[in-house]
Amino acid sequence: MIGAQILIECLKREGVEVIFGYPGGQVLPIFDRLYDADVKFILTRHEQGAAHAADGYARATGKVGVCLATSGPGATNLVTGIANAYMDSIPMVAITGQVKSFLIGNDAFQEADITGITRPITKHNFLVKDIKDLARIVREAFYIASTGRPGPVVIDIPSDIQMQDTFFVWPEKVEMRSYQPTYFGHPGQIKKAVKLIANSKKPLIYAGGGIITSGANAALLELAEKIQAPVTWTLMGIGAFPGTHKLSLGMLGMHGTAYANHAIMGADLIIAVGARFDDRVTGRIDSFAPGAKVIHIDIDPSSISKNIKVDVPIVGDAKNILGEILEQIKIGPDTAEWLKAVDALKKKYPLKYKDGERIKPQYVLEQLYDITKGDVIIATEVGQNQMWACQWLKYDHPRTFISSGGLGTMGFGFPAAMGAKVGCSDKTVIDIAGDGSIQMNIQELGTCVANKINVKVFILNNGYLGMVRQWQELFYKKRYSQVGISSPDFVKLAESYGAVGICVKKKEDVRPAIEKALKTDNTVFIDFHVEPEENVFPMVPAGEAINRMIEGLA
Amino acid sequence: MRHTISVLVENKFGVLARIAGLFSARGYNIASLAVSETLDPQTSYMTIVVEVKDEAILEQIKKQLNKLIDVITVTDFTKKEHVDRELVLAKIAYSAQDKAKIEALLKKCAGKIIQAKGNTAVIEAVGEQAQVKELLEGLNKIGIKELVKTGRLAITN
Repeated sequence: MIGAQILIECLKREGVEVIFGYPGGQVLPIFDRLYDADVKFILTRHEQGAAHAADGYARATGKVGVCLATSGPGATNLVTGIANAYMDSIPMVAITGQVKSFLIGNDAFQEADITGITRPITKHNFLVKDIKDLARIVREAFYIASTGRPGPVVIDIPSDIQMQDTFFVWPEKVEMRSYQPTYFGHPGQIKKAVKLIANSKKPLIYAGGGIITSGANAALLELAEKIQAPVTWTLMGIGAFPGTHKLSLGMLGMHGTAYANHAIMGADLIIAVGARFDDRVTGRIDSFAPGAKVIHIDIDPSSISKNIKVDVPIVGDAKNILGEILEQIKIGPDTAEWLKAVDALKKKYPLKYKDGERIKPQYVLEQLYDITKGDVIIATEVGQNQMWACQWLKYDHPRTFISSGGLGTMGFGFPAAMGAKVGCSDKTVIDIAGDGSIQMNIQELGTCVANKINVKVFILNNGYLGMVRQWQELFYKKRYSQVGISSPDFVKLAESYGAVGICVKKKEDVRPAIEKALKTDNTVFIDFHVEPEENVFPMVPAGEAINRMIEGLA
Repeated sequence: MRHTISVLVENKFGVLARIAGLFSARGYNIASLAVSETLDPQTSYMTIVVEVKDEAILEQIKKQLNKLIDVITVTDFTKKEHVDRELVLAKIAYSAQDKAKIEALLKKCAGKIIQAKGNTAVIEAVGEQAQVKELLEGLNKIGIKELVKTGRLAITN
């Protein structure tokens, strides 16, 4: 079997249903074999789109996303998508062609040292130097990508290796002495955690993306109810806990709810699960939750005590550890007083915005939620659109919110929505976009239409790079530097690709447009002309304590 | 503060780049680095001396190293009884009246002359840091023309 065939055989055995990618000179043997293979291939319009689509597919399905590109520019175009997946711990395998082995290092045509380039943004990467290693490498790549704290893995395959012939040997199992993730928490640590929980009066659960990765959402719900602790979450943790639950506090941090931020500052115990105390969450670190002891459950030891000092670290899989804790907690602490105080915070600091004549972005999202009741997958771009989607929509289920958390990649949402739709064809997938972000990967309209991947794109069009404008307004004396941005006629643009475009300028047209888009069996762009200078509030200025928020509304 | 850690890694191409990249990407300082194969040609030892402000950073360095797929074990010698050595080669220029002084210094600090040509000599010194430091300070008064050092090596018994 030649290398290209071995690769495809391995992908099939790994259960790969779809590959997102783009052909080129150094992957010709692979594409030749793909011609006959029964693996679905989605030809994107840009390699970056392929990487984000694989990422979105992985987030929506929990499976490993796969993308494929040629050497040099093909591979470097994947880089943003790989870095994005790395920051958010998304299982992904990126396969790149490479120039022939004997030409490596020769500055050959379309040569780039992609293993060198992606070393700091992958969980691991491989350059295949011997055809006999190929099957083992693919097996290890999928194993590494999907186990422990997941992440992207790059496999770089020189084109001569793709052509070489050898026996195909599928490794029965993966054995790596240097890679053995810890799944079960240390019993002594779990005991300590149980004791802390039992003795707490004001416990609070801080949930991150690790809950979703580990499938621990049911255990989390059970724990929250058993110990009657309010739950807040990170951007990556959206969907880890039902947003409509009475114990839910919404997202915390820079643009979190004011009540979540106040609550965590007042807690006496923080139970952090699969979250990493990112700077957008903690605000000023030395004033973060001063009265709280911290239990930190995470599969990645390096996440623990990285940013804040932890009292009880527990390394392992969230689902296993929460299960253990649940088993050992007989009765929860009495938190009635605490919950009353938290409810008072909710009443005192609700999310709000000032409605007006013009369309407010928050209004669009409220209408969307009212129509769909949350039974959709939401992807977002990055910036104000993303923060509003965190605040004004509720998510009850894991894997229904797809957003670039760590890297903050504009242009992620649309191709990611496309990947999510490929993985979950029975679901409605909506990308909440801004007029800036959508123009960063708008070429994927072609991919959506050609493959009948029907996604709905809601452009909250304010004529600005809104989040940057907001910072310039608040912190740079309104000196708007390069944040006004023009857009094409999105309706005509969508139509020219064969999709449907709707332009909404009046408030009363918002709801009918959403209803029409949801009923349309095609990709739809809705261009909502919203209030140009609307801000996302509350907001914690960078470097401030998280309870020192700007509310914006008096 | 300086700490010596030893990292057992899979002897694959690119491993050194992974380790070096980790240090530079996360802003950690390497004071010295020594790499060589072990008895098992499939693994290598990297002995790294790191310069850190506090224990928390040292902890992070160890955790981040452990996270690399090709890293098998990480040993921190800070709290372990161990011996460490570094090798120094120094070329000195001397005159006749320095000879006695040099010989006394070499005896005291476990150094030896491995080559002498005209009025220059190459001196080898292997020892603990303090010993080597004393030797170099003494030699410097006479005149070191060129100096090369290996990274520190460490082992437990």
